[in-house]
Amino acid sequence: MSILVNADTRLLVQGITGREGAFHTAQMLAYGTKVVAGVTPGRGGEQVHGVPVYNTVKEAVAAQQPNASIIYVPAAAAADAAMEAIDAGIPLVVCITEGIPTLDAIRVYHRCRERGARLIGPNCPGIISPGQAKVGIMPAHIHRPGNVGVVSRSGTLTYEVVSALTNRGFGQSTSVGIGGDPVIGTSFVDVLALFEADPDTKIIVLIGEIGGSDEEQAATYISQHVSKPVVGFVAGLTAPPGRRMGHAGAIITGSSGTAIEKIAALEAAGVKVARSPEEVADLVAQIDP
Amino acid sequence: MNLHEYQARAILESYGVPVPQGRVASTPQEAQTIAAGLGGPVVVKAQVLVGGRGKAGGVRIAPDANAAAEAAERILGMRIKGIQVRRVLVGRAADILKELYLGLVIDRSRRQAAVMASSQGGVEIEEIARTMPEKIVRVGIDPFLGLLGYQARELAFGIGLEPYLLREFVALASGLWRAFSETDASLLEVNPLAITPDHHLLALDAKMVLDDNALFRHPDLASLRDTSEEDPREHEARELGLSYVRLNGSIGCIVNGAGLAMATMDVIKLEKAEPANFLDIGGGAQADRVAAALRIVLSDPGVRVVLINIFGGITRCDEVARGIVAALQQTGVSVPLVVRLVGTNEEEGRRILAEAGLVAVSSMREAARQAVSLLQSQAPSAAAEEKEG
Repeated sequence: MSILVNADTRLLVQGITGREGAFHTAQMLAYGTKVVAGVTPGRGGEQVHGVPVYNTVKEAVAAQQPNASIIYVPAAAAADAAMEAIDAGIPLVVCITEGIPTLDAIRVYHRCRERGARLIGPNCPGIISPGQAKVGIMPAHIHRPGNVGVVSRSGTLTYEVVSALTNRGFGQSTSVGIGGDPVIGTSFVDVLALFEADPDTKIIVLIGEIGGSDEEQAATYISQHVSKPVVGFVAGLTAPPGRRMGHAGAIITGSSGTAIEKIAALEAAGVKVARSPEEVADLVAQIDP
Repeated sequence: MNLHEYQARAILESYGVPVPQGRVASTPQEAQTIAAGLGGPVVVKAQVLVGGRGKAGGVRIAPDANAAAEAAERILGMRIKGIQVRRVLVGRAADILKELYLGLVIDRSRRQAAVMASSQGGVEIEEIARTMPEKIVRVGIDPFLGLLGYQARELAFGIGLEPYLLREFVALASGLWRAFSETDASLLEVNPLAITPDHHLLALDAKMVLDDNALFRHPDLASLRDTSEEDPREHEARELGLSYVRLNGSIGCIVNGAGLAMATMDVIKLEKAEPANFLDIGGGAQADRVAAALRIVLSDPGVRVVLINIFGGITRCDEVARGIVAALQQTGVSVPLVVRLVGTNEEEGRRILAEAGLVAVSSMREAARQAVSLLQSQAPSAAAEEKEG
């Protein structure tokens, strides 16, 4: 078991003929992900690494019945691509693209709610259920199948933690990057609920960062609804207020969104919070020696 | 991107929001001419992108044009939180019956824009939220419908506005919403929003932040960026597509990925030293970007050790190693370098570094420890400056 993606995932790649789209399609295919179709407007009829390309998502859905889509479309057109996937009835839309205007992301999020679809991202590395499917851009080789569920707002920081887990013998049920933007489709709370219900997830690792209040909401949810042990890390203890730290969403506004507040909230909810990414694996080992 | 008050007020004016008459000046003579044209008392306000200008003496009232020139003379060139004042806004002074607050923000947890209003204007909204949260009225905006008339009326009644101001308030609020949504703003605050003795509303100050990610579709707004207040290194980094924030410590950082870059800074602090900067070279960084990043970090005179932390996924370790070696050859690196390199093509990356006499470590914590011990082994003045930083 796992959450969100598995061996039954039939993936559509939007922006499949682009440099990123084509490169990662090859990587995902090599991992064993069932990439069944691609879309690039005007390039219908072509193939990319043997995957048929369609002009519209509607055509791709009719021909190949994908049940998830991943978006590598440039920022100016990515929200429209997400709308196209949602309106074509695809239930899971993973948006890798960084730089989508916030007001566009808001409209995509609310469209998803209306249509019962789920958006992961934008500005995220995607999802991997090791041994089953990779729907993203993460380096596959650092992952192993196992029982730790990982959820994070970051990319390489997640790889760092996953790599430390794998090196210590802790595989992952699923690793989900929810994205570094101020407005994202799926929050920590949503993913925590999925991990709590997943019989194959025994320990949850949550990697947060400065900005917003997703970690605080996660803490409240954990104290009320999560029975599984949670280990956390929050990046940005040394980040100055009012400055955007790379991710559009990583900014302390006024005095809110600081790492100190988030760590305190998580610890109060019983989460063991590591002081460095590498220490996450140590804390997991203490729970599951 | 933060806008100056004079830029924000011009945008508001174009959306029909009433603002005091006025213009921006960069010399006392210009300020005098503007004040003479307005007639009567004026307010001369420093135009800087940092808060606290009132407390710093950057806002002065002048009864006439000569006094306006004097006020401008005193404000222009002064430094507010280290930023030199280059322009002043000269506006007609308004009589005020009452000060309100009206602002639009992105509510991240509800994933929508929201309007906030308060009868307690003139102080920061965070201050009101802390001391009198019951004095703030909030409505969320449907992204497909926009701000509705009844919502604006709820705000007006919620802050106890007299009914005769209702129509004007609703028009002003909807103008603000259109300005916010059509410019892709992430913050738009009118504080204070004044009720004047002749029973009208007037936006006396405006603060506006635009969404950097949306500037591609607003070239006119993108050209409003004032780079004169930026750190020159931050400016150069932005031009190169690197994400860089300067801090005050001694250990320069070059990292791939924003989250990992923050975590690297945190681990340096955990080892009892201070990071000199945040720098994310981005995914799939090529050798020339690494070299550019190294050049920027080394141009900070406070940097005494550089820590490069790469977790190769999309980014290939051999490319990063080539960038480091190229930068060493081009610019010559005067400070010790600690490189942590793991992931894709790690072996090749280590080999390239070894040929240049550099050793890569594999643990992040170990890399931070080495960087801090190299810092401490330098002249004692380094440690002293570290504390001051």
